[in-house]
Amino acid sequence: MIAFVIRRLLQSLIVMLVVAFVAFSMFNFLGDPINNMVGQDATEQERENLRRVLGLDQPFYIQFLVYLGNAIQGNFGTSYRLGMPVVNALADRLPATLELVFCAAGLALLVGVPLGVYTGLHRDRWLSKVFLTLSLIGISLPTFLIGILLILFFAVYLGWLPSFGRGDVVDLGIWTTGFLTLSGIKALILPSITLALFQLTLVMRLVRAEMLEVLRTDYIKFARARGLSNRAVHFGHALGNTLVPVITITGLQIGSLIAFAIVTETVFQWPGMGLLFLQAVQFVDIPVMSSYLVLIAFFFVLINLIVDLLYYFVDPRLRADRAVAGGH
Amino acid sequence: MADVTAPPGALRRFVDSDVFYSFRRSKVTVVAAIVTAIIVIGSMLGPWIAPHDTYDVRSLNLLDAFTPPVWSEGGNPSYLLGTDDQGRDVFSTILLGARVSLLVGFAATLFAMTLGVLLGLISGYVGGTTDAVIMRIADIKLSFPAILIALLIDGVARGIIPRDMHDDLALYVVIFAIGISNWVAYARTVRGSTLVEKNKEYVQAARIIGLHPFTIMIRHVLPNVLGPVLVIGTLGLAGAILAEATLSFLGVGVPPTRPSLGTLIRVGNNFLFSGEWWMTIFPGVMLVVLVLAVNLLGDWLRDALNPKLR
Amino acid sequence: MQNSPLLRVENLKVEFPTRRGRLVAVDDVSFDIAPGEVLGVVGESGAGKSMTGSAIIGLLEPPGRIAGGSISLDGRRIDNLPYEEMRKIRGKHIGAIFQDPLTSLNPLYSVGKQLVETIMTHSDLTPTAARERALALLREVGIPAPERRIEQYPHQFSGGMRQRVVIALALCANPRLIVADEPTTALDVSIQAQIITLLKRLCREHGTAVMLVTHDMGVIAETADRVAVMYAGRVAEIGPVRDVIKNPKHPYTIGLMGSIPRIGRDEERLTQIDGSMPRLTEIPQGCAFNPRCPLVFDRCRRERPDLIDVGPFHQVSCWKYAEGVGHA
Repeated sequence: MIAFVIRRLLQSLIVMLVVAFVAFSMFNFLGDPINNMVGQDATEQERENLRRVLGLDQPFYIQFLVYLGNAIQGNFGTSYRLGMPVVNALADRLPATLELVFCAAGLALLVGVPLGVYTGLHRDRWLSKVFLTLSLIGISLPTFLIGILLILFFAVYLGWLPSFGRGDVVDLGIWTTGFLTLSGIKALILPSITLALFQLTLVMRLVRAEMLEVLRTDYIKFARARGLSNRAVHFGHALGNTLVPVITITGLQIGSLIAFAIVTETVFQWPGMGLLFLQAVQFVDIPVMSSYLVLIAFFFVLINLIVDLLYYFVDPRLRADRAVAGGH
Repeated sequence: MADVTAPPGALRRFVDSDVFYSFRRSKVTVVAAIVTAIIVIGSMLGPWIAPHDTYDVRSLNLLDAFTPPVWSEGGNPSYLLGTDDQGRDVFSTILLGARVSLLVGFAATLFAMTLGVLLGLISGYVGGTTDAVIMRIADIKLSFPAILIALLIDGVARGIIPRDMHDDLALYVVIFAIGISNWVAYARTVRGSTLVEKNKEYVQAARIIGLHPFTIMIRHVLPNVLGPVLVIGTLGLAGAILAEATLSFLGVGVPPTRPSLGTLIRVGNNFLFSGEWWMTIFPGVMLVVLVLAVNLLGDWLRDALNPKLR
Repeated sequence: MQNSPLLRVENLKVEFPTRRGRLVAVDDVSFDIAPGEVLGVVGESGAGKSMTGSAIIGLLEPPGRIAGGSISLDGRRIDNLPYEEMRKIRGKHIGAIFQDPLTSLNPLYSVGKQLVETIMTHSDLTPTAARERALALLREVGIPAPERRIEQYPHQFSGGMRQRVVIALALCANPRLIVADEPTTALDVSIQAQIITLLKRLCREHGTAVMLVTHDMGVIAETADRVAVMYAGRVAEIGPVRDVIKNPKHPYTIGLMGSIPRIGRDEERLTQIDGSMPRLTEIPQGCAFNPRCPLVFDRCRRERPDLIDVGPFHQVSCWKYAEGVGHA
């Protein structure tokens, strides 16, 4: 167990280093930080001075180490566009995005898993076919269009819910939350649905496919042959065995939810990291772009670690006395 | 019963095959195929059949701007689905927009497919460190959603490419960005199949008779993975069209002078709440119908090629 | 015949609807099994023997279905029971053992959990009592240190040990009949004999009847009281094991016996039957065996033979033995 965790941690570290390297390369070679900082009409002497101050005359690997050291201390440089430290800009926006992602992920799982189980167990019922057709439409609907249509109907036509922003938020020091006010919660509804819908259909189709796969196995047939009740067979034996792939995909999906939040945040003018990142792309604000990349990678690595630990609780084959069979 | 006396031509075999049978039996799939065909042909012929040349700025008449669809009050018979804020015929922009969307979608999918199949073959055949590196990159790549990678590449491209050249190159940047973010699924499938084939005796035999095993493997692996690759490709095409639309909606996709469906929706979105719904809804419907049809085809193809799932 | 049979299968017909018409996998099959009796069912793969077993436990894989005939247990028809009724019979009155012990057990449940769950489904025992019974069963099937093994997961058992667990699971509720579908095929040859001996001993001790489906005539000779030879979905010959082996009547059975090596016989070579069993789509008119039969004559190609008595309890479906016709 411990060996497994250590190996996973090492792998995560490597992933982080690779991503940090990519981010560093972007930061240093693409944006030409000097040009961006001093403007077009600075003299060559001024540029040279600044270059030395920033350590850009140092060898490449030294620069990378310096970058890493800064990154670990939370120093990701200054945004060209906002003129403030990137880390502050991201920290301001982080709660908005994470609350949105949290709601969307919850919605996708709470609705997607039961629908997947239902359509897997009762594949020939008409209701399953309706769900399946709807899910295909869900996959074919671009997120931004869903957002636009929801706004059109619930915000513009019915006037029930706000069409943009977070509503009133409560400042808890390092965290601002929309969960504590009515307007904050109302503001969360439409963006969460928008963000969740695509993932929901994915989760549902995945659970259904896994369920069908598992229901065909010998141990399910044997469980039936032992006269176990349908409930025990379906929700004990079958659902348990679908969990492993579902956990994997869900982990990956939470990562992609954070990224997909870019679109949702744009549609709803949601003041999160995604909107910040998109503006950074449009203005070629390299420090923000590269830091966002590192941050997403960090979240991904974190989620993956949690997923790996979850495996341990679900699958005895990993837990048991044998050498760990999983991994690569 | 099969007609045994029929000539064993490829067409006959296809018409007689289980795949074609399941195609004919699924009405939804037939409709999806017809819809896809109509959209593809219609948009490829777009420049010739569109009633107005919306790329030609001189032909636009700002006085015609914001004309509603022909069946609404104030509609103009020469603008079937109305006009946009610059007086461009919406029907024509949709035809030309779908053309851009499809071009980007096909090109990006083809690029991803080629890259993925090649990397998968190399990874599976060479093995060892090469394999480990490629698959690690695939893992990392998989954790970053396509849209994020595409955005990053677009951002980087804006940093490198001089501003005045950007519009000309934007289309290729988008194709590259979407393609590069979608190769992993192909690579994994092909790698798996390659690993299976590699240890078969004919590959060893090929070496003995002096053929390079890689050549013969390509010849044997590719037919094996054709089915899965086709399925991934079809679903990937739908995904690529969506990705392009999303990028263009976010304003970082294809240049506004050659609008795609996503660009049209973005522009229309500015006027949606003031009542000019047709500028958003029609391109939106077109996009959804196109993607849905391609998805349905991919879904059917997957089930048809995997009889286990029936 | 013996007094009232435990299981009676009459004119059973199993069909699969396919795109090119209905496939008849089991055609007009009839046989009885007396209490405590071991009936061997032998035939090539595709002869319909496993399908008959699945039909009896009511677990035909859709789209396969019983298209005719009847199955009765203790005089009660069970082939047309609703799923929930049949479920209560499975495990309690009819146990099942499948071919592959590696895939018959749920990998995520401990062996004890699967046993206790099955025991409690069919009895009113408390969890503690059910566990006691599970331990006793494990001991009975010859698993060493059951107190320790009961907590373990299937992957921690060897193939032979897993099949012992499967047998214990089949015996949980003391069923009166066990349908064993190729119970030793997936095992090492050295272990096959052990498992067969165990099965034989347990069934004798418990008075359990067995329908032993196998393609291995050797296993049948060792274990069964009676044997039914199946060919292309039909019963070719049925009778006491001694009679059928010593004095096979059906040309197919004769061919089958010729393909078994025997010690002490002075034979130059093993005989084999020319050709192969027809696919279900291509079963010829008349006797299904006629294209391969060395003794074929006109009537065999026109009419399908019924089972004809050729000795006490010994029946064969071959025109050769019909009165007024032919040779013998």
